[in-house]
Amino acid sequence: MLKVIKNRLEQGCKTSKYPKEPISLYKRFRGLPQINTDCDPSIVRSCAAICPQDAILVDEKKIDLGRCTFCGRCENVSDGAFVKFSQDFGMGTASREALLCDGSLPALADHAKKHFRKLFGRSLQLRQVSAGGCNACEADTNVLGTPFFDLARFGIDFVASPRHADGIHVTGPISKNMQAALITTYAAVPSPKVVIASGCCSISGGPFYGSSEIVGDLNSIIPVDLYIPGCPPHPLTTLHALLNYFK
Amino acid sequence: MGNLLQIENGESVKRSDIPLVPFDRFAKLLSDFVRKDGFIVQFFAFVEDGGNRLLAVVRNSHLYVVSTEVGEEFPSFTATCSEKFHMFEREIAEQFGITPVNHPWLKMVRYHANYRGVPDVFGNDYAEDIPGKYPYFQVEGEAVHEVAVGPVHAGIIEPGHFRFQCAGEEVFSLEIQLGYQHRGVENLLTEVAMKRLPIICEGIAGDTSVGHNLCCCQALESLAGLSVDPGARVVRAIALELERIANHIGDLGALSGDVAFNPPAAYFGRIRGEFLNLLQVLCGNRFGKSLVLPGGVSKLMNPEQVKIIEDKLKELEPEIRHVCDLLFTSQTVQARFEHTGTVAKQMAEDLGLVGYSGRASGIDYDARVTFPTEVYGLLPANRNEMTKGDVYSRATVRREEIMHSIHLIKTLLNKSGEASSKTLMQEISLQPDAFVVTVNEGWRGELSHCLMTDASGKIARYKVKDPSFHNWTGLAMSLRNQEISDFPLCNKSFNLSYCGFDL
Repeated sequence: MLKVIKNRLEQGCKTSKYPKEPISLYKRFRGLPQINTDCDPSIVRSCAAICPQDAILVDEKKIDLGRCTFCGRCENVSDGAFVKFSQDFGMGTASREALLCDGSLPALADHAKKHFRKLFGRSLQLRQVSAGGCNACEADTNVLGTPFFDLARFGIDFVASPRHADGIHVTGPISKNMQAALITTYAAVPSPKVVIASGCCSISGGPFYGSSEIVGDLNSIIPVDLYIPGCPPHPLTTLHALLNYFK
Repeated sequence: MGNLLQIENGESVKRSDIPLVPFDRFAKLLSDFVRKDGFIVQFFAFVEDGGNRLLAVVRNSHLYVVSTEVGEEFPSFTATCSEKFHMFEREIAEQFGITPVNHPWLKMVRYHANYRGVPDVFGNDYAEDIPGKYPYFQVEGEAVHEVAVGPVHAGIIEPGHFRFQCAGEEVFSLEIQLGYQHRGVENLLTEVAMKRLPIICEGIAGDTSVGHNLCCCQALESLAGLSVDPGARVVRAIALELERIANHIGDLGALSGDVAFNPPAAYFGRIRGEFLNLLQVLCGNRFGKSLVLPGGVSKLMNPEQVKIIEDKLKELEPEIRHVCDLLFTSQTVQARFEHTGTVAKQMAEDLGLVGYSGRASGIDYDARVTFPTEVYGLLPANRNEMTKGDVYSRATVRREEIMHSIHLIKTLLNKSGEASSKTLMQEISLQPDAFVVTVNEGWRGELSHCLMTDASGKIARYKVKDPSFHNWTGLAMSLRNQEISDFPLCNKSFNLSYCGFDL
């Protein structure tokens, strides 16, 4: 008992003040890219050539955040003449098109499905489905339950049964062997329900694009409401997206 | 060791140097080796000149390789020699449609069509959903009931199916069916451009991003003749140890949560994040993704990063000691951890368990010591005395490894002045007709990647093995005659990878 108290005193309160107070991430973290649209097309082409995810749209000078793993290789081309990654972790979007990014994203809070806010703004229960996820997305979603992020203080919880859920949060490139279980889980959630695609795998197949063993795009089998990019999304990216979309 | 070719970890050899022996000779060599305390690192099939080949990489204190040619079937080694072969033979049957005759439990591994397009060994057409035509193992009797769990589980974890045969609370048998995470990684790795390989390998198992990618990059370095500067090797080892600490701490917290002792669960949950943040300090990603590239590391570790890591370790080390003390001295925790989910040493050896799952049962194997890569040859080994094979032992090994890894990182930070330059992903050409195997001690145990190139230097076969491939069977055995309510605890004490197994 004394040890419990002693440890409690040593640990103190570690819960983040975010979103009441801003939080800054270490400078090496790669968040929302800053794109130089005046950049020489040859540099953009060099970036596209080394991009392992084929995420750079050369003609439009955009980066597809739904494909990007934020590996940062393009940042090394000509000292970041085309792209530099900022530490802005707020990258959730309400549409797939909005992820084709020229350096800015539409304000997530302005999304069209306002009724979700009324329905789920005070209490949101989600069922997580990993469909081929590598456990990085899963782990950094799980971490939202730890004292630092403490997701439950916002009335958001991950629940065990789809029957108790308001929506599903999907990670992974949708392996073919998980497709049926995913659709069954979705069907078991009572309507109205939301669908969240988390991580580049569920949005575009991520690192596994081109494999014949995956579906690769959640939206092709279930309509997606909220997209959270990253490989995996930083916990704050997920938190920012949930708060801005539902609150 | 006539006809077994001794090879070095991470050193490529010509494929023509690998002994190709008649099957009977192959069978005798492998059986004799495995019976004399030998373990299997890799055992897989590939197609060469239209014929089926089998290749085995085995280890005692050295690594050896040997190969043979087979037709559409071969006599099972599981039936005649050791259970260590059982999962490998099922995998060969699934991937290449070659039947290991008399295999005692020939069922699919991941549920996908074979690569050769020959009739399926298991009689599946793959139009049906997993598990296809497979009837799960059933115990019959009036008092017996069956519990099916998954693939979608209650928490935020990966999918897999567990089938328990129970009488009341007691588990007679646990059958684990995986495959739900199968993404076709091995084939994908032979099809895509070189620039994608590290990114894909980081996704084999996201909690082992550094470990798996290190295996990949070491293999590519060997095949392309790239040298890695000493400073980069230090950074890689630090990253691998940070990954180990983060996962062990997270699991100790989760074990505590599973026995409803909440304070350590909360503290360790938060402290785990601190270690992930240190990986982010190193490379910008909390799982160490993007850090390791063929030839070195993508980011330098400058005095600024060294200072951040040093200060954080100074702050966290006493906290970890205190929370460990809180966890391991609590009587309610001891009561649940001790004598639960025991895997005896003999069983662990029969199954060929690796990593902490093996060490907790008394198998003293750590690839960092036996086959050191990077800078591990210069570092002290960990010792663990708690080898009863129960949850308590597996938890204790993790506790010791956390403290040991912190010590390693501190030692390595002192070496951080070593020369180093930043590496970019480069187009490299690989040695043609070559073979390389890499082995590293990931946080779960022995990771191994095997690459074979063809006459043009293209990767013809890429074989990945996660330690979970050995250890899932250990989890199934640990549940025998246990209460079903202890399953979460046993499961977390092993904490195996679904996607690392499913590939």
